[in-house]
Amino acid sequence: MALYFLKRLLLSVLVVILVVIALFLLTYAIPGDPARVALGPRANPELIAEFRARMGLDQSLATQLYNFFVSLLQGDLGRDAISGEPVLNTVLSQFPDTLYLVLGSVLVALVPGVILGILSARYRGGIIDRISSVLSVSVMSVPAFVIAIYLLLVFSIQLGWFPAIGAGTGFWDRLHRLVLPSLALGLAWIGYIARILRASILEEMNEGHVRTARAFGLSENRIMYDYVLRIAVLPMITVLGIGIGQMLSSAVFAEVVFGRPGIGKLVYDAIISRNYPIVTGTVLVTTIFFVVVNLGADLLVAWLNPKVRHDLSR
Amino acid sequence: MSEKNALEVRDLNVSYKVPGGKLRALRQIDLIVPRGEIVGLVGESGCGKTTLMQTILGLQSSAAVIESGQIMLGDTDLLTLGPKQMRGVLGDRMSAVFQDPMKSLNPVLTIGRQMTDIQFRSKASQREKRARAVEMLEKVRIPDPESRLDRYPFEFSGGMRQRVAIAMALMAEPDVLVADEPTTALDATLELTTIDLLRELQKEIGCAIIFITHHLGVVAELCQSVNIMYAGEMVESGPTRAVFDAPQHPYTELLFACDPAQIAERTRHLPTIGGELPSLINLPPGCVFEGRCPKAFAPCADIHPRIVTSGGSDMVRCHLRDPEVTK
Repeated sequence: MALYFLKRLLLSVLVVILVVIALFLLTYAIPGDPARVALGPRANPELIAEFRARMGLDQSLATQLYNFFVSLLQGDLGRDAISGEPVLNTVLSQFPDTLYLVLGSVLVALVPGVILGILSARYRGGIIDRISSVLSVSVMSVPAFVIAIYLLLVFSIQLGWFPAIGAGTGFWDRLHRLVLPSLALGLAWIGYIARILRASILEEMNEGHVRTARAFGLSENRIMYDYVLRIAVLPMITVLGIGIGQMLSSAVFAEVVFGRPGIGKLVYDAIISRNYPIVTGTVLVTTIFFVVVNLGADLLVAWLNPKVRHDLSR
Repeated sequence: MSEKNALEVRDLNVSYKVPGGKLRALRQIDLIVPRGEIVGLVGESGCGKTTLMQTILGLQSSAAVIESGQIMLGDTDLLTLGPKQMRGVLGDRMSAVFQDPMKSLNPVLTIGRQMTDIQFRSKASQREKRARAVEMLEKVRIPDPESRLDRYPFEFSGGMRQRVAIAMALMAEPDVLVADEPTTALDATLELTTIDLLRELQKEIGCAIIFITHHLGVVAELCQSVNIMYAGEMVESGPTRAVFDAPQHPYTELLFACDPAQIAERTRHLPTIGGELPSLINLPPGCVFEGRCPKAFAPCADIHPRIVTSGGSDMVRCHLRDPEVTK
């Protein structure tokens, strides 16, 4: 387990390094001069040259990449090209809103997903099974922002049940305003989680230990919840880890559509104003978050397996 | 049914729904399991042993259709019970040990948890249930049972797991234990100790055992009577001694001839029974063994043999032994 943990950690670090390089190259390749954007169309060439020198934009690609890494390791993600604030502060101040959104979306995906998964495995081929199979494919193929717009149209504009924009103040208000964006991000994952859980429950149900449990007259409920689900949730946890990354990227749309603060909105505005330090900073923080979540999911799966826990304690 | 039988299967017919029609897996099966006796059930793969075992336990697949018959456990016909009533019988009056000890225990629950879970009928406290589990583990000679309760199945060897499975099955002191090839996955020495253990516990508890195997040596060693199945039919039953001394059905004879333990001379090739099992979807009109039988004669291809008593065997399904046919 210790070795597994180490390997998994090294892999995560490698992923982050690769993402940093890719990110750097991408912003480098984006057309348009950030100095001109920052200084406006009427800036004179001297000012532009001075700005480029100050931001290190006049150095070679390799030097810029090197400098980028050095400052990252010092926790310096650069300064906002427009406001001059440290990027890390800006990103971290926006992060909690996105985190709530992702948590809300995970709940939206998980609770109905697990219930549907169990029911469709239990009553295989029944009406719930068939409906969830059709729904999962159809909902999965609709992009989150389309769902977001329809949710807005129906529940905010037509029915007026939920406010259309903003994150709100105070717990209940914030929760109220979290419902629609969470639905927009989470809906697509309900079917996916249900199908994965259903498949692993059905697979586990064929195992010999389930037959043994039945041969002792244990009830089907007990077999499902105590004997099967413990094992069948493992693939779902892995998928959910990846799903959180997907939800983070969909958060950009949801935050723009619902006018919520958050890192999605932040990165969207930054791209439009060519505020590169904010873009790279946001993507980097998101990547690290995603990598940590996945690492957590993998370790949780490993820990839930008594064999792995046993090897660790040795 | 008579008081001296723990379990009686009467004229059981089971088929499977398959794309080509109906696969008639079990036909006119009779099986008598006297109280406190060990009864062997022998046959090659695909003969219906597993279907019979599953049907007795009510754990048959959803594709299985029970066409007719009775499975009497005492005065109860198990085939008339609903799922809930059947659950009431399992793990109480009847329990089972399965073939693969590596797979028959839950991998993520401790042995103790699984052994206390199956005592769900008992009103005893958790501590008393654990004590009962320890007592059973001692009986199957698991060393240091107290601390083993908190271990997971993967921390046990195959032989130990099978002993745990036996301990679980006998914990409720059932009337009937169905043992589905419990020693097949074990190596020869473990097989012997496991069989000794099973016999010892059987004497102590007084339960009857249906012992399913394809190992004839085990049957000779352990069982008071033996039932031979072929292609979904019971072809011969009788007291072990009598059947082994003078097998009445040609299939039984060949089965003994193929048992490596029975071969006295050195040979390059082990004997086999040539040919294949008949199709159970389109059954031949005559005897199911006709295609492979070295003694087949005129009526065998066309007429299905009836059950007769012959030699020391209680029943045999063969024209050769039927005085009406041979006279």
